[in-house]
Amino acid sequence: MMFIEMNQLQMAFGRQVVLDDVNLDIPKGELFGLLGPSGSGKTTLVKIMIGMLKPDYGMVTIGGVQMPSLRQMKKIGYMAQSDALYSELTGRANLDFFAQLFQIPKARRKERIQETAAIVDLTAHLDKPIESYSGGMKRRMSLAISLLHEPELLILDEPTVGIDPLLRESIWADLKKIQAHGTTIVITTHVMEEAAKCDRLALLRDGVLIAEGSPEQLEQQSGTASLEAAFLHFSKPSSQTEGSVS
Amino acid sequence: MRIWAITKRIVHQMLKDKRSLALMMIAPLLILTLLWAVLDNDAYEPKIAYSDLPGPFVDALKKTNAKLKQTDLNEAKKLLEDKAYDAYLEIKTAGGKPELKVLLEGSDLGANASVQQAIAKASKEMAPDTLAVQNSYLHGSSDLSMFDHTGQVMIGFFIFFFVFIVGGVSFLRERTQGTLERILSTPLKRWELVCGYIAGFGIFIILQAVVITLYSIYVLGIYNSGSILSVLLIDSLLAITALTLGTVLSAFAKNELQMMQFIPLIIVPQVFFSGIFHIESIGFLTVLGKIMPLAYGSDALSRVMMRGESIASVLPDIGMLAGFALLFVLLNILALKRHRAL
Repeated sequence: MMFIEMNQLQMAFGRQVVLDDVNLDIPKGELFGLLGPSGSGKTTLVKIMIGMLKPDYGMVTIGGVQMPSLRQMKKIGYMAQSDALYSELTGRANLDFFAQLFQIPKARRKERIQETAAIVDLTAHLDKPIESYSGGMKRRMSLAISLLHEPELLILDEPTVGIDPLLRESIWADLKKIQAHGTTIVITTHVMEEAAKCDRLALLRDGVLIAEGSPEQLEQQSGTASLEAAFLHFSKPSSQTEGSVS
Repeated sequence: MRIWAITKRIVHQMLKDKRSLALMMIAPLLILTLLWAVLDNDAYEPKIAYSDLPGPFVDALKKTNAKLKQTDLNEAKKLLEDKAYDAYLEIKTAGGKPELKVLLEGSDLGANASVQQAIAKASKEMAPDTLAVQNSYLHGSSDLSMFDHTGQVMIGFFIFFFVFIVGGVSFLRERTQGTLERILSTPLKRWELVCGYIAGFGIFIILQAVVITLYSIYVLGIYNSGSILSVLLIDSLLAITALTLGTVLSAFAKNELQMMQFIPLIIVPQVFFSGIFHIESIGFLTVLGKIMPLAYGSDALSRVMMRGESIASVLPDIGMLAGFALLFVLLNILALKRHRAL
């Protein structure tokens, strides 16, 4: 049994089909990338995964438990596209608030605030209000919040959008560190270089999974030299793909 | 406890946001003070021009609070046109009987009434043997001003208004800044979120209700013949109802501007049902009034403050208010389902 199993997911908002028969399995400990242009259904898929949305058809299980499940939500760390921070409050107050929502005991809470702040290199800024943070600092604070409860599964929706290359590099270093601790990570992105750093990828286009595999496999299968070229190759309706085509 | 975490966070946020806090605490006091200044002033002194009035009648008029000036019709017309005077009096003989002709400036309702009052008083002075009228009041007294009569309703309205704005907008902001989604991606239950919110804001809005009530009664001296505790209870309950209404409606607003659009749609119409106007004769309005929370709050306030009724006798109103609050809480918990399936 895979850690995350998605079976025949179908989702539409009104008459617009957002996900069409998505089947995807992700093993424990993997750093998995969902690659696709904006509007391809990445965020919807991620929200179904964590149990925020209920699919019209099909189901998701995480660790063998069908989502949505409040019990499983405890094991998931989620970082959305927006930073979702309380700007009037300090970094520490933000971390403390979310730590309480995850019901981390008080003593442990203090430790975890220190630990996560250290991971994202914000220890020196913990007592400043978020308003005074730069964009990159906010992003890192947002990441720290999603790490507070030591989730088994970390889901990051476009974590490095609008971030300078240096910071992007450091976030990726953080992710590799977190993965080394056994955390499964699912990340969405539309940046090809980032996708190349994932263990495995799923290519999503117009709500359809058009290909799946490691970056190398995808390049091989398409006979191309870059992920970008591979993506274009799989996007052509006539091409041979291993994903389902509607 | 997770509810407590949310409550604590809101308290922190409010204390950091001095401007919203000031809006909640000071703005209602400012408006109530202005209202008091406008409505609680002494009776208007009418300015009356006249010509050819019998001496005794002029003397009688002088005993009223009216300001008098002897003139002629042409000059009087000019004075009225300039709004320097409110009325012109003269005696004309019609059909052998003398008749008092009163020409009113007319555009000011209050001035019209003051002039007529002064004339009535002077006429009575002239003919003291007509039936004397002695007014006494079952509730209130002749000393009560317009402010005493409409003030309780206004207290209720301002509490409702300011709480609705602050509560609704901050719940909306939770959504637009993405924190609602993040909160709901934790194992927090939807009812815990709503309860935490009401508890957190509840502290401030009850404080606001207390400040407004005490200020109105002790500083502005609004008439209150009931128990102050009853008034505080009703005001607090009204505030909670407004808070729950604001948060549930924020689910249907995309941004702050859309939230403001609810004010003319939902808040202002409630004033018409708050007892300032008599609507008994307009059938469909009385039916609408049954679904207006402010109508119940105002009724309770006016019964307690004006008529000195006990809290027990306004229990139906209190029950309705609590019922509305509960309904809005449940609707809010339901509305959050749009953001998380569970």
